[in-house]
Amino acid sequence: MDPVQAPGVYQGAANVIAALMLLLEFGMLRQALIRDQIRLYAAQSALISVLAIVIAADRGIPDLYALAGLSAALKVVAVPLVVRRLLGRTGRDEAPGVAGSYTLGVANSVLGSIALAAFGFFCFNSLGIHSAAAPATALAIAGGMVLVSFGLMIVRRDVASQAIGFFSLENAISLAALVVAAELPLILETAFLFDLLVAVVVFGMLIRAHHVRSESLSTADLTRLRG
Amino acid sequence: MFGVVLALAIVPFAAAIASLAAPPRLAAAITMVSGIACFGLVLALIPAVAHHTLGYVSYFRVDAVSGIFMLATGFLYAAVAVYAVGYVRKETEGEDPASGRRYTARFYALFNVFGWSMLVAPMMNSLALLWIAVEVTTVVSALLVAIENSEAAVEAAWKYVLIASAGLGLALLATIFAYFAGSQVLGQHYDLALSTILQVGSRLPHTPVRFAFMLAVLGFGTKVGLFPVHTWLPDAHSEAPTPVSALLSGSLLAVSFYAILRYFQIASSTLGTGFPRDVLLAFGVASLLLAALYLLDQRDLKRLLAYSSVEHMGILAIGVSFGAPIALAGVMLHVLAHAAAKGNAFMGAGVFAIKFGSKQISAHRGAMDLLPWSGPLFLLAVLALSAMPPFGIFRSEFQIVAGGLGAHNYAAAAVLIVLVTLAFLGLSASATGILFRSRRPAEWQAVPPDVPAAVAAYPVVAGNGHAAVGSPESGSTAELAALAHAEPAPAPGRGEPSMWMVVPVLAGIVALLILGLHPPAELTELISRAVAQLRGVS
Repeated sequence: MDPVQAPGVYQGAANVIAALMLLLEFGMLRQALIRDQIRLYAAQSALISVLAIVIAADRGIPDLYALAGLSAALKVVAVPLVVRRLLGRTGRDEAPGVAGSYTLGVANSVLGSIALAAFGFFCFNSLGIHSAAAPATALAIAGGMVLVSFGLMIVRRDVASQAIGFFSLENAISLAALVVAAELPLILETAFLFDLLVAVVVFGMLIRAHHVRSESLSTADLTRLRG
Repeated sequence: MFGVVLALAIVPFAAAIASLAAPPRLAAAITMVSGIACFGLVLALIPAVAHHTLGYVSYFRVDAVSGIFMLATGFLYAAVAVYAVGYVRKETEGEDPASGRRYTARFYALFNVFGWSMLVAPMMNSLALLWIAVEVTTVVSALLVAIENSEAAVEAAWKYVLIASAGLGLALLATIFAYFAGSQVLGQHYDLALSTILQVGSRLPHTPVRFAFMLAVLGFGTKVGLFPVHTWLPDAHSEAPTPVSALLSGSLLAVSFYAILRYFQIASSTLGTGFPRDVLLAFGVASLLLAALYLLDQRDLKRLLAYSSVEHMGILAIGVSFGAPIALAGVMLHVLAHAAAKGNAFMGAGVFAIKFGSKQISAHRGAMDLLPWSGPLFLLAVLALSAMPPFGIFRSEFQIVAGGLGAHNYAAAAVLIVLVTLAFLGLSASATGILFRSRRPAEWQAVPPDVPAAVAAYPVVAGNGHAAVGSPESGSTAELAALAHAEPAPAPGRGEPSMWMVVPVLAGIVALLILGLHPPAELTELISRAVAQLRGVS
């Protein structure tokens, strides 16, 4: 067991970025307007790209610069654009309220998510997975983020928030991937990203079909099928 | 053989693009040709993979285990492509030509991409590409579930895509931890190739592998329909167009199970067989128990069959957990036999739905009298699903149970037998209701010439709806009434809606008989090689 020592600049930067991403995740959980949720998602995705650049610089992996650029182009620009276009076409008012779509009260869902994040953090931390490259704290934060994004999909009862929850789940996994699998071949990373884009388009089409049908984004009336 | 593998990766995709642009009849023909061609290509591949593992350009790797799953998919893709000719024609009947054409083009394009992704997934060498292929199957099939664009279809598709994608998120995490585990031995720069990971299996660090395996079972298990992450499955299966339900159930679930098997291989080479087997046993028994209980009380035929799929996936998981060679051989055979039997059952259910204008079991009474082919064939499919001899599932379940007993796993084998019997009870009760209970007098009446059709048909629908109105899965009363007035189901006379929907079912019965009575030598070799690979001795 190492004695406690201050993390280096790279470790510190990675941890700070991971923590900021987790905070943005909570922002999405709380946000009442779809437009703002999408912005938060874009910000979170931008942070992933920054982290990729930090790691690329620190460890000298040129592939990661390309990945950072590609990821930014897709997740910061294309995905928000596609989602907004697909939602925008559903009606004049872009954001039919998703404010009241909580299953639990606001306070309860935030408290529950804090508990989830803490649980995920300690679980991942106790795995004892760390490589030379991997700041263990950032990985643990990614674990917390995964659970919070599941929480987001559970407590919000509208299709747009659920979709955003899924996209941010993918961000959390990207964070974990950057930390423990930074040198995953670029071709695979690229394939993951394009796959995400396809998923986004399909989610968008289904959201639109639902919206056209029920004139709302709420899932409150999606209760006819019970597994 | 590289040409065959490459053709399998190209033909269905090309068919998808072609059928997007082609007129409906041509699209149907293209799809049929593509389906049958792919089945032929898979058959051509079997003798080769029964003896050695094929690997090409570091992306493709086809071994005996992949061969089994490709065979199941190839057969079902071909059978359902033929069935779809009749189904789509009936489905678009009476619609205006433009929207009918749009529906047909979309359906066939997505259908072919769906078939393509399921054929490609087992050929992938890299775990990452395997994950991507499974994710592609999800998004494509979600669009197929939603294609009818009814309220229930969109709801089912949304549930499906959200739950399955979230599950696959966990599977992606599993992929990443598998990479991490591999990188501890192989260095950072390797491409997650299955062949490489399996070679160094015994040297991988334990914690990440254990974690990856759990995440993979939970994540890919979402798509397999393992309890407790099966909730999307009955909804998607019942709301999808019937050809798609058949593929979902017979093939898609199996392909996801294939992904779990790959992680099982890695986990058993690293951790020994104890932990992975225990995990699969727990999930398998839970799924089987849930499905057996739900099978006892279903009103919707396609939901009934969907729960039967959960049951059979549970049996697969239990069979793998037994680990004895004969049980594993049973599992491999079960994948094939289940694809044929469940495909047949769904195709039969689709004929009933078209014939009687409803998916409710109570509406299908008297099917034996009214459908000279589909009635008896459905009976055979249900008997095959319930593991009656001489069909393939009898042989496979017998082997699985024998393996369980041979491995001294008496409790699990006993539970398996009890629950399978319970499931048989549920399935056969519903099937009897459909086939042998005669229609009520009101339901028998053909339309008298002087009464308008809508009025004459009303008692039929109302009578059928009566039992179903209170159930959560039935439509609202208003909807039923609207259905009764708007589109009266013609009083059914004797006869098949389309012979296109009978021929593939006959092929399925033949396949089930071959698997049950005398599997060909090549298939036996393929299965024994797959078993050796799963046990890590080859």
